[in-house]
Amino acid sequence: MDYTKLTLHETKQALKNGEVTSEALTQAYIDRIGAVEPKLDAYLATTFDSALEHAKAVDKAGNAGDGLAGIPYALKDNMCTKGMTTTCASKILSNFVSPYDSTVYAGLKDAGAVLLGKVNMDEFAMGSSTENSAFKTTKNPWDTTKVPGGSSGGSAVSVAADMAAFSLGSDTGGSIRQPAALCGVVGMKPTYGLVSRYGLVAFASSLDQIGPFTKDVEDCAIVLNAIAGYDHRDSTSLNVPKVDYTQDLTEGVKGKKIGVSKSFAGEGVQPEVQKAMDEAVAAYKDAGAEIVEVDFNYLDQALAAYYIIACAEASSNLARYDGVRYGVRAKEYSGLIDMYRKSRSQGFGAEVKRRIMLGTYALSSGYYDAYYKKAMQMRTLIVEDFNRIFKSCDVMLTPTTATTAFGIGEKTADPLEMYMSDLFTVPVNISGMPAISLPGGLDHEGMPIGLQLIGPALSEDRMLKAAYVLENAVSFRASAKPALD
Amino acid sequence: MEYDIVIGMEIHAELATKTKIFCSCPTTFGADENTHTCPVCLGMPGVLPVLNKKVVEYATKAGLALNCKIANFSKMDRKNYFYPDLPKAFQTSQFDLPICVGGVLDIEVGGETRPIGITRIHIEEDAGKLIHEGADGTLVDVNRCGVPLIEIVTEPDMRSAEEARAFAEKVRNILEYTGVSDCKMEEGSIRFDVNLSVKEKGSDVLGTRTEMKNLNSFRALERAVHYESKRQIIELKKGHRIIQETRKWDDVKGVSSSMRSKEEAHDYRYFPEPDLVPIVISDEEIARAKAELPELPEAKKARYVSEYGIPEYDASVITTSKVSAAYFEEAVAAYHEPKLIANWLMVDIPAHLKERELTMETIPFGPSALAKLVELIKSGAISGKIAKSVMEKMFEGEGDPEAIVKAHGWAQMSDSGELEAIIKQVIEDNPKSVSDIATGNKKAYGFLTGQVMRATKGQANPQMANQIIRKLVEAQIGKTE
Amino acid sequence: MKISNEEVTYVADLSRLEFSEAETARMGEELGAVLDYVATLNAVDTTGVKATEHILNVQNVFREDEVGQSLSNEEALANAPEAESGCFKVPRVIE
Repeated sequence: MDYTKLTLHETKQALKNGEVTSEALTQAYIDRIGAVEPKLDAYLATTFDSALEHAKAVDKAGNAGDGLAGIPYALKDNMCTKGMTTTCASKILSNFVSPYDSTVYAGLKDAGAVLLGKVNMDEFAMGSSTENSAFKTTKNPWDTTKVPGGSSGGSAVSVAADMAAFSLGSDTGGSIRQPAALCGVVGMKPTYGLVSRYGLVAFASSLDQIGPFTKDVEDCAIVLNAIAGYDHRDSTSLNVPKVDYTQDLTEGVKGKKIGVSKSFAGEGVQPEVQKAMDEAVAAYKDAGAEIVEVDFNYLDQALAAYYIIACAEASSNLARYDGVRYGVRAKEYSGLIDMYRKSRSQGFGAEVKRRIMLGTYALSSGYYDAYYKKAMQMRTLIVEDFNRIFKSCDVMLTPTTATTAFGIGEKTADPLEMYMSDLFTVPVNISGMPAISLPGGLDHEGMPIGLQLIGPALSEDRMLKAAYVLENAVSFRASAKPALD
Repeated sequence: MEYDIVIGMEIHAELATKTKIFCSCPTTFGADENTHTCPVCLGMPGVLPVLNKKVVEYATKAGLALNCKIANFSKMDRKNYFYPDLPKAFQTSQFDLPICVGGVLDIEVGGETRPIGITRIHIEEDAGKLIHEGADGTLVDVNRCGVPLIEIVTEPDMRSAEEARAFAEKVRNILEYTGVSDCKMEEGSIRFDVNLSVKEKGSDVLGTRTEMKNLNSFRALERAVHYESKRQIIELKKGHRIIQETRKWDDVKGVSSSMRSKEEAHDYRYFPEPDLVPIVISDEEIARAKAELPELPEAKKARYVSEYGIPEYDASVITTSKVSAAYFEEAVAAYHEPKLIANWLMVDIPAHLKERELTMETIPFGPSALAKLVELIKSGAISGKIAKSVMEKMFEGEGDPEAIVKAHGWAQMSDSGELEAIIKQVIEDNPKSVSDIATGNKKAYGFLTGQVMRATKGQANPQMANQIIRKLVEAQIGKTE
Repeated sequence: MKISNEEVTYVADLSRLEFSEAETARMGEELGAVLDYVATLNAVDTTGVKATEHILNVQNVFREDEVGQSLSNEEALANAPEAESGCFKVPRVIE
């Protein structure tokens, strides 16, 4: 029995039954990583020794299978882990060892989850293909000539290729949902503030949110249970009552309204993606839901506003990488200012520099009103538009991406084209609302298609129930597997 | 041609919180380098700020005490620039929506009262310390990073160095009274930046201004303003233009000099701090904070005049510091002689403090001891002169004045029999003085009194001694006539 | 729209980044292309629209003024590229 092939909820059962120990499970994942990592390049660092230690301790404590106890997982390398490197896949942080734990990691450690290692990403979470990693290019397990998406490409691949029972990623403009879609797994961006950002290395503070990658929807609910919650260290954390997301997950969508919008269809959407959308609509009708036509007016404006807000915040958030207190300092320089310039110019990759430049430009004297303020006003209008939409439907159904995974190197020459791959995911971050991506089938090349459900703030439970219905209708896991082995 | 001087001020005061503005590191002064730091104030990747509640409370208090309007809605912003003393490469501050706006503070200079407008007060964080030692580099100490500050910005309403000083002193006084800041100049917990320009007398057109930063004593402030205004006037008289710049005040040399070398384009790219949420204060909370304000120096001064009947000058000297005012009130409560107690607090005590490098915070005896001393004089138990010696001993730590008097045998000689015997001897020893008096030179009485005081080592009650001297001398003159 | 070399250099200076001549020209074009796309914002009239202050309308989040654990000097300096006498060390700053 290969336990790495099980979902998280099946694994919990196996642990609880005593069918397998956490140690054996962890060893199985370590072996699996050993076998496929050379083809996929998902992990930046592994922590196998401490993982086995930790797994043994959980076995000894006898609570394996309770919550996430004894479950091996992977973390995106932008979440701080005390005593280990946290690199953000950047040269400038290649030697950074955090003196503290991020809140999510501390919480998972307390819950007994077993960390296997830290996974690859686009540098500072800036990108849509994981090609912007300073260290390696992670490959899509469904076709290793294609990108896994990004920025949380390593997180998506670790779950898609059974190299972790679940993983965490971060989503600023689609960085969980887009790679989840491209790799055929479930990925969720929770409501802004539901999961603490303390210890998540900031890209764009008002947009960043941590969320799970899992093999199915029930797994997603289990992981969300573990990571959602108020944190006094994060001023933007929401102090709301705890919800058990696994409760009534199978309730169905009878009588619920599913919104669909023409804005997310038409030109640019791959026909097979549209076909998957149509089948999903049919499945919801069959399940007793009502399909409601809604308009979303600001798709292009959301992406435009996103690039201004995200880059402006990033330009400020990334100013601290100056070679003074941590990180890499240039070897040769003359004087302080030159030290700053050389360290930053050598330490950051091209995309990071481009976004710092764009953000600095947008905030610089004379341009603030035209760009940043305008984008923040646009943000208000986008939130209002979503609020209007959710008066007429419970959740909204869209494709996660217009197309399936593209080839490695295919879009690296044109930044704007790369940015367009976030078109359907970005509005959600702009509004702070939650969304989930789940597999909707395969295209003719055998690449996964992702479908997205969007809900109003704090509607994760409702969204998960709707996703569960769709998952059963699509029956993706039963019919498709990456042709890795 | 005559010129007007136009001065505006920015005052930075560190707030008297126990912890930093966004993290739980202590704010105590003088710790070893980089021992009061944590991931948050070191600007480590991934950290987030959480605003210290006391900072908002203190900023509100300061605003109310300086007659400002407290904003119902304010927010924090980022001010972006690179400097090694700024770990995040941005200072978290307030830009367009500060916590307090539009205050005013009256100052009195040369008998004239002038209102000085306060544009705004905002919350921000202090930077770290750069240590310039050795030739090969600069060392960075992050301990001060994130110590909470308020910045008080005035209108350009001051017209002289004296006004600037009076304003600065008054602000310091108020911040100290409200407990908002400990205002320790020597620890840099209050600093003054001065913007100064000169214009032709009576003209409406403002001149080009220069800025002098981080003046950390009232004397430096006053001297810097004197120097810089003179410099600008001389430049203008020579037909030169004033260059808008930051100038460095050298308090040792007593000159300001251009810092142009350090100037570069300031484009701070302010934007709202996304990691912090807005500060919302209701009118009820503002009213409550106002009711909780302690008695401010102005009100205290007026009360001392009306309630204790001391002169206005005395009242203003004593209320200059919260500690001396409290000391005064306690002493008066113990023995109700306000004017006599005020005299000691205004003359002898400050002189002793200065000589011994002490302050009212570290004075070695309490207000009840001072009250006791005054009581001893008033009751005639000791003379004013002896009292000065007693105070000397009190400063030397000998404790209770009564005990000191007893230990040194300084009790005043009020026994007329004993005194009369001594005086008789003095008169006998000084026949010339008696004959001088007889021939109309009354000054000789003073000489005799001095001799008596000398003979009694100052312990004679001077009034009593005078009476006895007159009685005995007159009796003797009468006899010889 | 292309961002001029002067503007790119000004922004690079603010960002403490440096680019070769060729990179500067290319950056000007790339930024220009993104800003052209951003111009789609101008299609929407935002006159009088409130700028989003905070996406969740959360306000007044404070901590109590209580002293917690600081890092030791060694921990604080553990990642420093250069340190001396318990301090971070940088090239000489001219005052």
